[in-house]
Amino acid sequence: MPLKKTEATAHAQHPTRREIIASGAVLPIALTLTPGAAAQTAAPSSASSVPVNLTINGTRHALALDPRATLLDVLRDQLDLTGTKKGCDQGQCGACTVLINGRRVVSCLTLAVMQEDASITTIEGLATDGKLHPLQQAFIDHDAFQCGYCTPGQICSAAGLIAEGKARTPEQIRELMSGNICRCGAYPNIVAAIQQAMEQS
Amino acid sequence: MIGFEYSRARDVADAMNQIAASPGAKFVAGGTNLIDLMKVYVETPTKLIDVTKLPLDKVEQTAGGGLRIGALVRNSDLAYHPIVEQRYPMLSSALLSGASQQLRNMASAGGNLLQRTRCAYFYDIATPCNKREPGSGCSAIDGHNRMNAILGTSDACIAVHPSDMCVALAVLEATVHVAGPRGERTIAFADFHRLPGETPQHETSLAADELIIAIELPPRGFASNYTYLKIRDRLSYAFALVSAAVGLELDGGNIRDARFALGGVAHKPWRNAEAEASLRGKAADEAAFAKAADIVLREAKGFGGNTFKIELARRTIVRALSQAARGTPQSQSSKKIA
Repeated sequence: MPLKKTEATAHAQHPTRREIIASGAVLPIALTLTPGAAAQTAAPSSASSVPVNLTINGTRHALALDPRATLLDVLRDQLDLTGTKKGCDQGQCGACTVLINGRRVVSCLTLAVMQEDASITTIEGLATDGKLHPLQQAFIDHDAFQCGYCTPGQICSAAGLIAEGKARTPEQIRELMSGNICRCGAYPNIVAAIQQAMEQS
Repeated sequence: MIGFEYSRARDVADAMNQIAASPGAKFVAGGTNLIDLMKVYVETPTKLIDVTKLPLDKVEQTAGGGLRIGALVRNSDLAYHPIVEQRYPMLSSALLSGASQQLRNMASAGGNLLQRTRCAYFYDIATPCNKREPGSGCSAIDGHNRMNAILGTSDACIAVHPSDMCVALAVLEATVHVAGPRGERTIAFADFHRLPGETPQHETSLAADELIIAIELPPRGFASNYTYLKIRDRLSYAFALVSAAVGLELDGGNIRDARFALGGVAHKPWRNAEAEASLRGKAADEAAFAKAADIVLREAKGFGGNTFKIELARRTIVRALSQAARGTPQSQSSKKIA
């Protein structure tokens, strides 16, 4: 119990960025938005919501979704699975990579309503029994990141790569990981980490 | 994205009924291009009809010795299919040169044919574009046109078709099987994509209420002497500046038959019958390849930013024909040009 209390106190004194945003502390900034932008955000959907069952990391979620909702936005905004990152939101950077039925895809170009009956795995679903996935451990071992923003997508993509079994050499890993951009340029370490995990698998 | 209705189609007949009932609807499969374009308001369908549950995901050998590829076969599955790797390696190579593995896992074979251009002005709804808004003008002709076409252009549009897969399908002389309200029909690959002319908004000969159900390859796969050479700004995950698919049949050092198509240079995969004919019966050497390239590029026209593509295309043709003749096709993992 004392530990929990300390945690709670620490949280209150140092709230996370996400907690600040969620609490509405950014309201003054929001008010500076142009009327047009605000109206666009508030515009009601002309489409009615669609019932969808999404199975994410083994848990079934019964949702009613606007057909426009991408899997990326549903994961982050509705299910609080914020490990999956929004980079470009145009299918060009790979930060939002998740596994659908074991295959890597970009969740920003995936409509959530189209994923009924699919099994979706995000970065939050890779560790088992509190033990890191070999790729997660390998990324730590090889310091395969700087800012870390692309890392969940890199790791999910690498999990798909290993399952595909098409990459053998560092050159092939690079080619088949080209859909994941790292603006910090941690590529040599990313390739080394994937090689390590590949040898273990 | 504007709001839209969503429904799933059970089978081809259901898909036909649904599209007939909703003229503003579009079919969606992989969604890698359509969703992207909907986000920037270039595509504004009133309804999406999800065809991913249709039974069109098989690759089957035909009685005539060819291969029938279901429209829903994913680009990655097609690229790694054993029959495609063995008998149609040019197609496998072209597929693996395009996009990223994530996108290849999503993108369908049929959808690949229906990709829209990546011309920056087509994507930017604040600028004129005859393809997006007929009659508004072409911003690329006097604008940033580095990625645009040098062959088959019109005063209305200089956009290029972005597909790699289609360049190989043009050489393989595939047939597109289509379902429509009046039943099924086939379209020869050469007739599937159109040149822009005065109506660049019409990119294919597919009607709005038709659905691609399969792509059929004839038996000839050019598995011995082929290549897919893609020249681009970075070595992976970039659209072609110029690409070339080549299939040769050799008789000793002589060319018995030759086909080649270019990507990244026109509104459709670009073939030139006269250039191909010029190679038949000739020794497979650089002189013959250069002559064929000259024939193709005689009618090329640059627009400033993309004028370099004319010389780049010439060199790409010669290099690709050399690769195919030597039996050293371009690797899509090792990017050292063979």
